[in-house]
Parts: sequence; C-alpha cells; structure tokens
Amino acid sequence: MTDFPILSLMLLVPLVAGVICLLVSAQAARTVALIATLIVFVLGVVLWMNFDVGGAQWQFQENIPLFAGFSWALGIDGIALTLIMLSVFLMPICILASQSIEKRVGEYMAAFLLMEVLMIGVFAAQDLFLFYIFFEAGLIPMYLIIGIWGGADRIYASYKFFLYTLLGSIVMLIAMIWMAQTAGTTDIPTLMQYDFPPEAQTWLWLAFFASFAVKMPMWPVHTWLPDAHVQAPTAGSVILAGVLLKMGGYGFIRFSLPMFPEASAQFAWLIYALSMIAVVVTSLIALVQNDMKKLIAYSSVAHMAIVTLGLFAFNVQGLEGSMVVMLSHGLVSGALFLCVGIIYDRLHTREIDRYGGLSINMPKYALFFLLFTMASIGLPGTSGFVGELLSLMGIYQVSSWVALVAGTGVILGAGYMLYLYRRVAFGDQKNADAAAMPDLSLREWAMLAPITAAVLWMGVYPETFMAPMRGDIAALDARLARAKPAGDANLTLGSPKQLEEHAHEGGAH
Amino acid sequence: MQPILLIVFLPLLAALIAGLGNRTLGNTLAKSVTTGALFISCALSWPIFLSFVGGTAEPQVVQVLHWVQSGSLTFDWALRVDTLTAIMLVVITSVSALVHLYSWGYMSEDPDQPRFFAYLSLFTFAMLMLVTADNLVQMFFGWEGVGLASYLLIGFWFKKPSANAAAIKAFVVNRVGDLGFMLGIFGVYLVFNTVSIPEILVRAPAMAGSTIGFLGMQWDTLTILCILLFIGAMGKSAQLGLHTWLPDAMEGPTPVSALIHAATMVTAGVFMVCRLSPLFETSEVAMNIVTYVGAATCFFAATVGLTQWDIKRVIAYSTCSQLGYMFFAAGIGAYNAAMFHLFTHAFFKALLFLGAGSVIHAMHHEQDMRYYGGLRKHIPLTFWAMMAGTLAITGVGVYWFHAGFAGFHSKDAILEAAYASGKSAGMFAFWTGVVAALMTSFYSWRLMFLTFYGKPRWAGSEHIQHAVHDDHHGHGDHGHGHAKQDDGTAGYHPHESPLAMLIPLGVLTLGAVFAGWVFSHAYLDSAEFWGSSIFYNEHLMHAMHDVPLWVKLSATVVMLIGLSSAWYAYIVNPGLPAKFVALFKPVHTFVYNKWFFDELYNLIFVRPAFWFGEKFWKLGDIGLIDRFGPNGSAWVVQQGSRIASKLQTGYLYSYALVMLLGLTAAISWVLVN
Repeated sequence: MTDFPILSLMLLVPLVAGVICLLVSAQAARTVALIATLIVFVLGVVLWMNFDVGGAQWQFQENIPLFAGFSWALGIDGIALTLIMLSVFLMPICILASQSIEKRVGEYMAAFLLMEVLMIGVFAAQDLFLFYIFFEAGLIPMYLIIGIWGGADRIYASYKFFLYTLLGSIVMLIAMIWMAQTAGTTDIPTLMQYDFPPEAQTWLWLAFFASFAVKMPMWPVHTWLPDAHVQAPTAGSVILAGVLLKMGGYGFIRFSLPMFPEASAQFAWLIYALSMIAVVVTSLIALVQNDMKKLIAYSSVAHMAIVTLGLFAFNVQGLEGSMVVMLSHGLVSGALFLCVGIIYDRLHTREIDRYGGLSINMPKYALFFLLFTMASIGLPGTSGFVGELLSLMGIYQVSSWVALVAGTGVILGAGYMLYLYRRVAFGDQKNADAAAMPDLSLREWAMLAPITAAVLWMGVYPETFMAPMRGDIAALDARLARAKPAGDANLTLGSPKQLEEHAHEGGAH
Repeated sequence: MQPILLIVFLPLLAALIAGLGNRTLGNTLAKSVTTGALFISCALSWPIFLSFVGGTAEPQVVQVLHWVQSGSLTFDWALRVDTLTAIMLVVITSVSALVHLYSWGYMSEDPDQPRFFAYLSLFTFAMLMLVTADNLVQMFFGWEGVGLASYLLIGFWFKKPSANAAAIKAFVVNRVGDLGFMLGIFGVYLVFNTVSIPEILVRAPAMAGSTIGFLGMQWDTLTILCILLFIGAMGKSAQLGLHTWLPDAMEGPTPVSALIHAATMVTAGVFMVCRLSPLFETSEVAMNIVTYVGAATCFFAATVGLTQWDIKRVIAYSTCSQLGYMFFAAGIGAYNAAMFHLFTHAFFKALLFLGAGSVIHAMHHEQDMRYYGGLRKHIPLTFWAMMAGTLAITGVGVYWFHAGFAGFHSKDAILEAAYASGKSAGMFAFWTGVVAALMTSFYSWRLMFLTFYGKPRWAGSEHIQHAVHDDHHGHGDHGHGHAKQDDGTAGYHPHESPLAMLIPLGVLTLGAVFAGWVFSHAYLDSAEFWGSSIFYNEHLMHAMHDVPLWVKLSATVVMLIGLSSAWYAYIVNPGLPAKFVALFKPVHTFVYNKWFFDELYNLIFVRPAFWFGEKFWKLGDIGLIDRFGPNGSAWVVQQGSRIASKLQTGYLYSYALVMLLGLTAAISWVLVN
C-alpha cells in the first residue's frame, strides 16, 4: 500500500471528473461530481487508515523529478493529513449544497472539482514551487465561482478577492526563488530543517506573511472576506471558510514557523497585536451586522485570530489548539454557511430581519443551527471548545494580557451568535413567507448530519484528530524551542522559611 | 456497571430520546422517559449519600473516556464520587426528579412538552457532570453545559421578547465569569502543570509565598489563581456585580426557576469553592474577597427583595442573598456550613418556588403580589407548603431544643462560624448576615401576608380579568372582564393545583422541615463524614459552639423582629408601607430599581459595544481600509491606465522621441558614472 501513489490518485480522480463534467449534461454533471467527491472521500479514509500514527514524519511520499530541480513531490504528515481529510469531507457536502445552481452546471461542477484538486495539492505538495502553483491556482476556480455564480455584486467581490490574495503572492514567489537558490533545494521537508541566516529570515518571513495574512485573513487585510462570502454561492462560502482560510494557517505552520523560527519570534508581537485587534474589532462588527453571511464572515476573522495567536505561542498547546480550531472552524463555519444557504434557497434573502420564529415551522433546522451556533461559541463538548481552550492556554503561557484580550472573544462571540440565533430562530413568526418555509429535506439532512457527528466527535474525543499530528507538532515545538519567547508569568517560588511556616500552619489544623 | 454511570448518563439518554423523539414520541412517552430516568437516578443517589453519612463509603473515581492530551496537559472524562459529590448528587437528583413530576401538572397545557422535559434532563446531566468532575476542564464542561440548559429554559417561551433577552443576558453575563474561570484554569496549568483537582490540592501548599506575573503585575500565585476561579463562581452563583442575569432568568417557566435558579445551578459556584477549599485556604486575601463579596451580595439582594412586587422576583433576590450567606461561610473557612446551607436551601427554596408556581397556576399566570391576597382559604395545601418554606428560610427554631426548620440549623451555623472566626472579615460578614436575616424575615413574611392574608385584590389583575372573561364568554356580554364584585375577587375562583404538583410540594415540605435537624450532626460536627472531600476546619467548628449566647440567639431575634414588623405593616396597618415609601422616596427608587445595575451596565457595556461595532464597520472597514486599500489601488490603476493610454498616441514620431530621450538619458548616466 505504501508504494501505491494514492495522493496522485486523489488528485487525478477529481481532475478527470472535472473534465467529464464539462462534456456532459447538467444532471449528469451533478451525479458525476457527487460520485467523484465521494470516491475521493473514500480514498481519504483509506489514506487515514493507512497513516502510521507515530511512524515516519513524512508518509505516502512520491517524487518524480521533472525539470530544473522542479519535481512532482507529494507526501503528507499528520498536519496535512487532517487538513486533507477536512477538504475531502466537505466536498461531497458542497456538491449536495449546489442543488439550487441552475446556470452552467457542468462548468460549476468542474470548477469545484478543480478546486478540490488544488486544495489537496496544497496540503500534499512537498516541492516549494509545486506548493506555490497549487496555492495560487486555487484562486482561479474560486474567482470564477464567485464571479460567475455569485450574487448581485459578484464582480466587485471577486475582483477584491483576487486583488488582495494576489498582492501577497508575488513577494512570496520572490522569496521562494531566493530560498531555493540559497538552500539549493526546493524540497519542503529539507527546507523545514534548513537554518537561514537570521537577517535573511526577517524579510523572508515578511514576504510569506504578506501572502498568508491575506489568506488567513488577518486584520486589516480581511475586508475581502465578508464581500467574497456574501456574494459567493453557498458551496463557495463553505469551501472558502472551510478550507481556503486554512491555507493561511497551514502556511504559517509549514513555512513561517519551522523555516524562520527567529524571525517568527521577532515578529510574534506583530501577530499578537493584529490578532488582538481582530478579535475585538471584528467581533464588535459582527454584532451589528444585518446580513447573515457577513456576520459569520466577520466571526471567521475573529476565530482565525485565535489560530494565529495559538500558532505564535511557541508551545505545544498553542500549536495543537490552533490546528483543532482550524479543523473545527472548517466544519462549524462551513455548517453555518450551509444553514444560511438552506433558508436562502427558500426565501432568497440573507437579511436577518426577514426571518424569525423558525423554531416553529423548522424545528429540525433550528436544532442543527443551535448546535452549530454553540460549537461556534466554543461550548464544551463541541469541537470549538477543545481548540479554543488549547490555543488560549498556549498564548496564556506567553502573555496573560494577550490571553485576556483574546478571551473577550469568548464573551463577544456568545453575544453576536446568540443575537443572530434569537433573531432567526426565536421570536414571533413576523413574516408570513418565512413562516411558510418547510423544514429540512432529506438532502439537507444528509448535508448537516455528517458535520454534526464530526463536530461532536471532535469535541468529546479529539484524540482521533490530535493523535496523527502529535509527533509533527512535537517536532515543530522542538525546532521552535531555541527562539521561544519568555512568558510573562515569572513564577518565583517563595522563600523556604515561608514554606516551612505554612507547612507548620497546615499541620496545626 | 457502576451506579454513578447510570446516575449521570440516564438523564442524558432520556434527554436525547425526548428531545430527538419530540412529537413523534408524544407528550406522555417523552415525559415518562425523562421523569422515570430522573427517579432512577435519584433512587441510586440516596444510598450513596447515606453510605457516606454512615461512614461506610470510600471516595472513588470512575474513568469513562480519554478526553484531551496535548503536551504535558492531559485530562479525561471521569466521574468522581466523594462526600461533597454525594451531597450534590442527592440535591440535584431529588429536586430534579420532583421538578420533573411537578412539571407534569404545571406544563400540562404547553404545546412543547417533550422539548421542555428534554431540556430539564439535559440540564440535570450537565449539572451531574459538573459535580462529579475530577479535573477543572470537566467541571468547566458541566459549568457551560448548565449554562446552555439554563439559556434554553429561560428562553423556553421563545416567542416572548423578554424571555429571549433574559436568556441571552444569562448566557453572556455567565460568559464573563467563565472567562475568569478559563484564565484560572490556564493559570493553574501554568503553575501546577496539571488540571487534575486532587493533584492541584496536594501541590497547592508548596506554592505558598510564590509570586506570578499577571497583567503586568506580580501577584501572590495562589491569591490570583483563587480570584480568577472565584470570578467564575461569581458569575454562575450571581454574586454582586455579575448577579444581573438571575432576576431576569425568572422569565423561564417556574419549575425551571426552582430547579436551576434556586436549588442547583446557582449553587455551582459555592460547590466549586468548597471543592477547591484546600486551595482557597492557602490564600488569606482570596478568602477575604470571597467573604466580602458574599456578605455584600447577601445584603444587597435582601434590600432589593424588600421592595419587589413580582412573587418570583422576591424569591429570586432571596436566592441571590442566600447564596451570599453560603459564600461568606466558605470565605471564613466554614465550608461544611456553606454546604449545609446549600443542602437545606435547595429543599426550602425549591419548595418556595414550586409553591409560588402553584400560586401562579391558581391565579391564572398573575405574578404581581399586589393582585393577590386572601388566598389561604382557596389553596390551603399550597399555603401550608409555602408556610413550611417560609419558616425554613427565616430560620424558625428553638435554640435550647436544638430543633427547628431547615434554615434554622444552617443559617445559625453560618452566623456563629462568622462570629467565631475572629477575623475582621468574619465580623463584617456576621453583622451583614444578621441584618440580612432581618430583611429575609421581613420580605418572606411580606410575601406570605400579601399573598395569602388580607382581602383578595384580584380584580385589578389583567390575567384574572382575562380568565373571568373567558369563563363568562358563553353568558353574553355581562361579564366582559369588568365584573367588579365588592369582594375584590372579580368573580374568580382559584383552584388548588393537581396532584402531580402537590406531591413534590409535600416531599419538599418534609425536606424544609427535617433536613436541617436530621443532618445537622453529620454536616457540622463530623470530620469523618467529610473525609478529605473539603477542607474541614476542626478548630473553627469547636469555636463555633463557644460563641456567646446573644450571638446564638441573634438570628432568632431578628427573625422575630422581621416577622412582627411585616405583620404590622401588611396585616395590622396596610397603609403603612405606602407612607413609608413616600417618606423615603429616593432610597426606595434606588432599591426598587435594583440599585440601577442594569441601567449602568447598559450604559457602559451594551450600548458602547453596538456603537463601536457600527463605527469599526462603517468608519474602519469601509471608510479607511477599503477606501485606501482595494478601492484606492483600483483608483490608482485606473488613473495610471488613463495616463498610459494618453501617452499611447499612436504616432510614430512621439514614440521615436521618447526612445531618443531614453537613450540619451541612459548614455549620459553611463558616462557620468
């Protein structure tokens, strides 16, 4: 099994299916896309089953040299594995969620399948330039999905999305070329062990940061996200929030941290400052939104800020917590966008005030929506909690101030999500058309139930998802140890005399 | 199969069946499943508790599932059973089972009964997870789980805007406390490298005298940890500052108020401080803070309770005040007395709430005591149950016989311990406690007199008028809701509640009468009973018995003063309160409006949050970032291309000129260098 090029196969299946989709009828394209994504999901499960937890760091490696040192190099570690699983898990759900798409179905499905190829490629690439190609090419299908199948303002949104994300990538490419020249290799695992001189690290880090910060997105380069989400079709939003935003975090954990540890430590305070602002500012902005998708988009920015904080905490809890937040947010925000899409399909508006009292006519929907709302605000027992707890715990070890400010997101998050839920699901049925909407169909059930199961599983027994990445995180933590910033705890033990006195007192009771 | 597994997970199973089955299952089946599960849990809990009372049980921990491992941080799902847990088990399962039963009657006309019972059982599960926690994170799971159930139950009647607002408020205010709890957990892990409660408690004394940085300042380690954890306790137990959600929580159905907002969930904070008592013992400062906050809450809530008209709000503020007693008891080191009061309070306060529910049921959802009066003869069983509850909360008993109602034993113990502690915080708490006991007696009897004595004043109530109107509907337009009889009844006839509601009242009455007397010895004098589950202060318990006689009698004396003045003001001379209010108008306004906490918080937190949100969005994101970012760069590109297109004239000579100029410039640059 280990010699079988399963990763290449996982790229090939959706690619071939995408080409088929372009050639066949609309109905056939839907079927082809669904079957293809399910096959890829099954391949993903096979991949996971055969992944040797605690074994070699890099597994399922493939390497075919192409030209000029550039090679078709694939391979995954636990971190990549979990993110690939997230992608292949969400894809069939996205195809199911695209039922309401009626124009150019074949092209639409092809775009999504191409998206899947590129997402898996990003996480599986082991060659610097191969990664770059997948990373940047991912823009194209998403650009098309928003620009062709999006809402009324789709052109502005897609342009903004493209402009922002392209901006960072140019400098990243220059940095990559320099790195390949200096280190003499484009092999990512090798580069992760390579020690660049600290002066060079500074600008290399900034070059990568320009790209990843936009993808994340971090404040203040986040304004493309609300627009992109609002205009994107439901499935586009799911993939955007579920997987594309994770590429920024993946970039930090795969490149910035291991390749430039010193620079990462040097710029940690920049990350903290931007993340703290993001948590407070975007949470407050989410509070005043009237558009459901915009609200969830802004909440995503706040959640991603928790990810960046955890990543730059330079400890195991922070890193693992950030990974779990990414996985959890991928599921939960994806599910929340699906929830919005479900009622959008019925009423064709995202305006919160047009709904109300949905618990009455759509009780099943209300239950799912409640669960994802709770997961979004990090209720223990759901996936959101495990990640949030660990990342905040990680950052607390560096700075209690940062943990406190980021922790306000816990309060504000509860505020805006419950306020949203109240306006949509509770209250009177003030709008007759919203009150007449039918409850979930079987197809919608099939979309939400798997995500529910995953969210609860990750909340109750996260070990399943954390075990594969444990070794990789430990290796990263060890590599970062040399640059680790000192925490603000300054724990100093009392004088022995005091201790003795206390022991004495204790005995007297 | 360990019984504790059944005790904890049966309610969860029942909640899932009733909640997911919902209408498919039908009312009766859903109610039977949940109520049955709770009675089984209750039946299994009492033997555990009694075996601890009898001294035959050993503490144990039952592993359930591995939860999280991250670096050196690891915690599991596990159920811990020791004396402290056993007490909570019987309190939770007994009150919950009775409230389930009561709800058969109280909620019988509600269209959403399966959902209600599912929430109740879900709450019970979360609360049981909280009290069986062996590590802080599982405690936090239960902590937030009960918060969720509380949110859902307060907002159960989700069509009411006020219920929705109260539900969100409860959740968000609790989250403020929870942030403190979370930071406390982080700090504990940082200091002790574990979140396991027993290990923390063992290692805590060795950390005495150490300091730690927090928010840029250097603190005594154990003090700051205790304070952070206590902020969590303040949120959940509605202590002064974070109490604003509790009175609003009365928007929920009354059985919910009895179970969650009186007997169980709100005592979680007290439970937490007692569970971590060896940790709190290491910090004098933290203990003092607990004492002062508890005493202040005890006083504050009692003052507000004096003035409210809504029967449930009076009891809600009373709960808040009694929680204050429990906290200052813990703060002075009398954790066992705090737990004793928690135990007795659960019975008599649940009784008072369920009794109030029975009154509200009889009075057709009217909650304003101004429209009650003279109900004693109409609903005698409810009256006697409420009487037992009132005797218990006001602490009626005879010192020389060592016998009294439940509150007599526990409240007296708290006051005596506060006096005996000898600390200044203890003395402060003692005097505040005595004054609050006076007020407790006054507002409790005020409630009784307004509700059950005097002449009926029902005619003024809209609810009653509706009820009468509905009754008279068939009789033409004579009634029309304006039937004004001279007796003030408006022609309304209150009915005693059904058996499903009276049985729980009866059982809780037994608790309110005997719970103090029967268990007083175990709670107050038995170090063996407590084992290692809390910090048992033997010294203080001895000193408690040697306080002067006037201290021991003080609670009884103020109880009598409160009773007699309430009797004078509401029975003998009913015009007096209005005159009194007119005389002290500003003070009354201040107290009646709950010291303006809600208005203050609205002004400094809620409205600024929305204002800033709007500004950050409109001015920050759109006005600055978009304007100078993407839109700005688009503008630059447009302008640039306009200039570029102007340059592209298409005439060969102009291109030639530019080339020539460029070439000249290049050559001269090379030459100069």
